[in-house]
Amino acid sequence: MHVEVDVPKCVASGQCVLLAPDVFDQRDEDGLVVLVNENPPAEVHDAVRESATVCPASAIRLEES
Amino acid sequence: MTSSPTVPAFTLTRPKGAPLAPSPLYTELRAKQPISRVSLWEGQLSPWLVTRWEDARTVLGSPAFSTNPTHPGAPTFRKDTPQGRRGFFANHDDPVHATMRRTLTREFMVKRINELRPAIARLTDELLTEMTKLSGPTDFVEHFALPLPSLVICELLGVPYEDHAFFQEHSKAIVDFNATAQKAEQALASLSEYLLGLVETKRTKPGNDVITRLAAQADEGVITDQDAADLGAFLLFAGHETTANMIALSTITLIAHPDQIPHILGGEEQVAGAVEELLRYVSIVHGGLRRTAVEDVTIDGVTIRAGEGVIIPVHVANRDPELFTAPDDLDLDRANARQHLAFGYGIHQCLGQPLARAELQIVLPEIFRRLPELKIAVPMDEIAFKQDTVVYGVVELPVTW
Repeated sequence: MHVEVDVPKCVASGQCVLLAPDVFDQRDEDGLVVLVNENPPAEVHDAVRESATVCPASAIRLEES
Repeated sequence: MTSSPTVPAFTLTRPKGAPLAPSPLYTELRAKQPISRVSLWEGQLSPWLVTRWEDARTVLGSPAFSTNPTHPGAPTFRKDTPQGRRGFFANHDDPVHATMRRTLTREFMVKRINELRPAIARLTDELLTEMTKLSGPTDFVEHFALPLPSLVICELLGVPYEDHAFFQEHSKAIVDFNATAQKAEQALASLSEYLLGLVETKRTKPGNDVITRLAAQADEGVITDQDAADLGAFLLFAGHETTANMIALSTITLIAHPDQIPHILGGEEQVAGAVEELLRYVSIVHGGLRRTAVEDVTIDGVTIRAGEGVIIPVHVANRDPELFTAPDDLDLDRANARQHLAFGYGIHQCLGQPLARAELQIVLPEIFRRLPELKIAVPMDEIAFKQDTVVYGVVELPVTW
């Protein structure tokens, strides 16, 4: 799985950070998304998929391999 | 615009005996005609009602819709709703909305909210301790559900302890169901004036709080002092009654489902999941989210023309059987509960959601841990629900423990 985030789209709802804290974080200055791991391990794939589904700004893109 | 007799009137009335279920009219529309006209303001307007979860997400996520209540076709809760100052940014579109929202996004970061958790736990403990000193049936709304979120907002904003009583009294007056609109407006005006003073105070006595950081942004010229005060008032407006009603209605729901109380007393992950299901099941914003199309857009085969209004009753979409199996059942273990639209969707989705989640995750387990015998002191059908308000709730909730 390969993850990409579209930072300008992010509205800082924080849901991805709650669901997959090892993959997503937030910048201190404005709370916008920071991608910590663009190739996350299999055990967090479900959490990453859910993050992409619930993201209110559709700012998370996934490429499943 | 007059509506034809076949267009049903928009209603906030819930079915008798099922105060948390949506109106049967909406359930039927969702199944048969998921995007259909309803009549509003006694037929003066006939906006679209969007009842399916998928369509609701499409509208809320689309830049073709505006939240500005001053569009001629805007299906606002009350007629002639003003847009309000830009600090109340929910009623503004981008770029104003984005500029204002961006001044606060860091305040609701997950790590910042985690720093507030000990304070939320302390306030929960203090209020429950005070409430349980009373005897006989006690109003859970007055003694717990309303003061808790207001005190949390005091912490967030950095309201000094000696001003908490003033802040509490005025925030209570704003949401008082029995108060006149004039009294509520006076209370909001007093609070705004107080917050404008607080912005100035924080320049000489800074703290680790929202108003201090908004004052700094005003110094940098990003916003004005008035914006800083308005943003503080907006946080109270958006986070007080909503959280209070979510606490009260979740408590009622859990008492009505005693077999599921162990879930709310479970581990961190179990509690987090339970809170998502309660958000879905209770869906307090029952007045619906309101939008106006700014361009023609076709959704699910229905063309909505530029200038036409749309109402999205999220409590109906959150019970869409296409997404949620047995949607009228409370299932605190529901796997996809998090896909609810209780906080909205799209760029206007609730900014305070990490705080709301933290409050519910701390408060609900603590209530049932401390008060395992908690009971509602009146029969369920005698509880006074606030039907005709944007945010669903109860006027009072007498309890014993």
